[in-house]
Formats: sequence, structure tokens, C-alpha cells
Amino acid sequence: MGYPNELKYTREHEWVKADGKTATVGITNYAQEQLGDIVFVELPKVGAEVSKGTSFGTVESVKSVSEIFAPVTGKVAAINEALATAPEKINNDAHGSWMIRIEVKDPAELNGLLSAADYEKFIAEEQGK
Amino acid sequence: MSQTVEATTAALRKTALNAIHRQMGAKMVDFGGWDMPIEYCNSPLGPGGLMKEHLAVRNGVGVFDVSHMGDIRITGAEALAAVQHISMNDASRLAIGQAHYSALLYPQGTFVDDIIVHRLGESEYLLVINAGTREKDYNWVRDNVKGFDCRAEDIGDNYTQIAIQGPKAIDLLSKLTDVNLASIKNYWFIHGTVCGLKNTLIARTGYTGEDGFEIYVPSDEKTSAEVWNKVLEAGREFSVLPCGLGARNTLRLESKMALYGHEISDTITVLEAGLERYCKFEKSDFVGKAALERQKAEDVKRVLVGLESVDRGIPRDGYKVLDGAGSEIGYVTSGSYAPFLKKNIALAYVPPAFSAIGSTVNVEIRGQKVKCQVVPTPFYKKPKKQ
Repeated sequence: MGYPNELKYTREHEWVKADGKTATVGITNYAQEQLGDIVFVELPKVGAEVSKGTSFGTVESVKSVSEIFAPVTGKVAAINEALATAPEKINNDAHGSWMIRIEVKDPAELNGLLSAADYEKFIAEEQGK
Repeated sequence: MSQTVEATTAALRKTALNAIHRQMGAKMVDFGGWDMPIEYCNSPLGPGGLMKEHLAVRNGVGVFDVSHMGDIRITGAEALAAVQHISMNDASRLAIGQAHYSALLYPQGTFVDDIIVHRLGESEYLLVINAGTREKDYNWVRDNVKGFDCRAEDIGDNYTQIAIQGPKAIDLLSKLTDVNLASIKNYWFIHGTVCGLKNTLIARTGYTGEDGFEIYVPSDEKTSAEVWNKVLEAGREFSVLPCGLGARNTLRLESKMALYGHEISDTITVLEAGLERYCKFEKSDFVGKAALERQKAEDVKRVLVGLESVDRGIPRDGYKVLDGAGSEIGYVTSGSYAPFLKKNIALAYVPPAFSAIGSTVNVEIRGQKVKCQVVPTPFYKKPKKQ
């Protein structure tokens, strides 16, 4: 599966879709492959403050627990409620299964994220380790 | 005082099927010092992954490389007496061709390891032991059989051990052998021809809670690969999947089978682990017996129970168990989402006062209290044959 150019990426394997002051966030296809069958997603409440680089939730596969990190600082504007009952959507379509929408405090933070090409280079290095 | 710096990159051990696992796209992990497949997401036999592999074993058939397990052979005039001394079950009850679950114990009644004892011949026994404890077990066995006229050999490297598990296991394996598999009872074994290999040990054993077989073939890479590939090929019509250690763990957890380092260890006793039915006090003396007899007269302080999450959340290995007031009363030994039962389940040690079926406790999950209920175990029992 490819990494769409309209998305930005983090080294912690989140994807970000920026739309004005709103950032929609999910985990990448590489992340879901590493995790395996996802069975549980824990997300913050709408209105919660999240800050860049810190954990805002967890995603659990059958065998492991992983934290999800906020790519930018801001307030949670929406969460994807459907993932509570159907977390496997992330395995089926990681880039189409958003987790939270963040009202971004400082849009300049978005510029620091990776492009699709840079992210693909990054995961190639990760896999080579 | 000087500090010794230990090598952190000790070479992982590999089974003879290592290259095949990698070719099949398995995700590999370090398991007890062994480089083992945890799941096969995109095997040539179809999309797998832990969940599908688990369900293949419950509903059809799955195949596991379990060559990392160790094997110790004990032979000689006093082989039976030696096995009786070092293990808790009563090996004198075994007929040739029969096996049973047992354990090696420390004098305190705690576990060196749990094992399967096979009686191969008049005075010949095979102990199948865990991967992570192979050296420790062998050294312990060798030291403890010294007083007996017998020989203990570590023959773990001689075999590639393949587990074929699930309700269709018998149909799959029947295609590769002329042995009448239906005549082998659960926990019995015979020697027969499999994939053209004469005198292959075929045991009706496993670690999944399903019917199934484990076969022991020569560990050279060529033979191992041929057998592995033939088994998978024969399983195509039953939608077989190669299965990794991930599914092996969730399958054994649903069936409440102990895992060394989790439900049993060198600090947990037989009585706490609830494995007394495999411990035969009426037989001759064995290591650990005296301590266990003393403990039997007292009350155990903790017992192993099955938990099921009532609230959202997955209790996992090492998480704390709390009472209603928030005091720590125990811990989770193994916990996971259960792929067949579709519930979050765990095994945990708690004081006997909290062990009644229906009792509620809390498991602390990332700082949150998640309510769990004590439920009957095993969580899963294979359906009785019609």
C-alpha cells in the first residue's frame, strides 16, 4: 500500500491530514502491519488538550499495546467513535480510518512533519535495522 | 567492584525451519533466546495473522514449528526410578507408548519447568521441556539423576518438532502416513512412517486445547523443510495456515494451559498453580514432595483464577489486581483478547477470598480500574465429539 502525498507523517508512525487549522490524525499502514490484529482503541475525550510528541491514546493488538502520539499541539475537536466497536477498520484501511481531529494551536508545527517520500525512506531504514 | 558487561547481542538460536519461516513472510521475535515466527501475515497459503491462525486451529487445522522445545532422554536400568524422583506425576502408571503432563520441582515445591513425559520403551523415557529453560532443565535433570543407574541425554537438537493442531489435524496427517491415527488415544503416541520417514514419533499431544498431533522428524534442514512443506500442502484442502507463537499463546490461554514464567515459575508452587491433580503424593519420594505436603496442611495464600473483563480494557501480563477499595491483592500472569471467545480474558493470582466464581476485582490498566469477574476455567473447552 502506498503513502498518499496529501498526508504528512511522523516518526512515531502517525499520519496527519491538515485542513486549515484542523489536523486529522490516524496511524500509518506500516504501524498497523507491525501491530497485527487491532482489537482495542482508547481515545481522549472531545475537548481534551493534546501536546505535540506526547501520548493521547493507545491502540492494542492481540499481542501488544502501543501509545499514539500527538503530531501537533491543540484541542481534540472530534474522535472517531466507530473505532470503539470496530477497531479492525484500522487494519483494513489505516489511512482511511482517522482517530482524532485536532484544532491546531500553531499551524507552523505542521511544517515539521514528514512528506510521504521521507516517511517511506524512514520506514525502509526501520525495516533494515 | 568491577561490573561485568554482558553481551547484549547474543546470537539467537534458530530451528531448522528458520529460513522457511522468513520465506513465508513470518514476523520473527526473540522467544527465550530463539528466533521464532510470531505470526505469518501473508503466507503463501493465504492471509494469516494471529487472529486467523487462532481460528484456523479452532475450526480447521494449523501447523506450528515447535522445534525450539527441548528433549531429554533418560535410559537405563533405573530410568523409571530416576524419572519418579525428578518429576511429580506417577510415571509408573505409564504404559509404553503413553505420555503424561508432569513437572520438575525444586525442593520448595516450586517449578523448574513443566514437562511431558513419554514412555518410549521398557526403561526409556522422553521428557519434552520448554525452550527458554532447556539448559537449566538439562543441568538440573543431570544433577538429580546422578544417584540412579541411568543416562540422561540432551537430544533437543536431534528433532524438528511440528505440531499439527485442530479438528482437521487427523484428516491432514492421515494423508501423509499409513498409521491408523484414530487408534492413538489422547496423550498416547506411536512410531510410524510419516512423509516416507520410517520410525517417526507421532504423539497425540499439543498446547492448543484442540485435538492434534506432534511429530518428531530429523532436524536436518532438508528433511525438516520437506516435511513442513508436505504438511502444509496436504492441508490446503482444509484451509490450513502456518501458525506462529502469537496464536500458540492465545490458544493455550483460552484453554488455561500454563506457561513457564507466567502461571508457573521458581517462586510459584504446585498448589498455588492448581496443578495438584498431576502431583501424585502417594507414589515414591520425589523432589519437592515434602515441602508440598507441609504446604497442603496450611492454607495457600494465593490461587490462580480466570478473569473476564466486564468494563472495556484488556488485562495483560503483569498488571495489578486490586480489590474494591483499590488495594493491590494480586497480579495478572497472562491476559489477552481471546480471538475465539471474543472476550478479554486473563489468568491471575489472587487471595482465596477473591477466587469464588462471580467475584469481582479490578485490574489496573494504565492507571484506570477496569472491572473484571472471576469466571470458570478453562475459558474454552473443545466440543465433545458427536
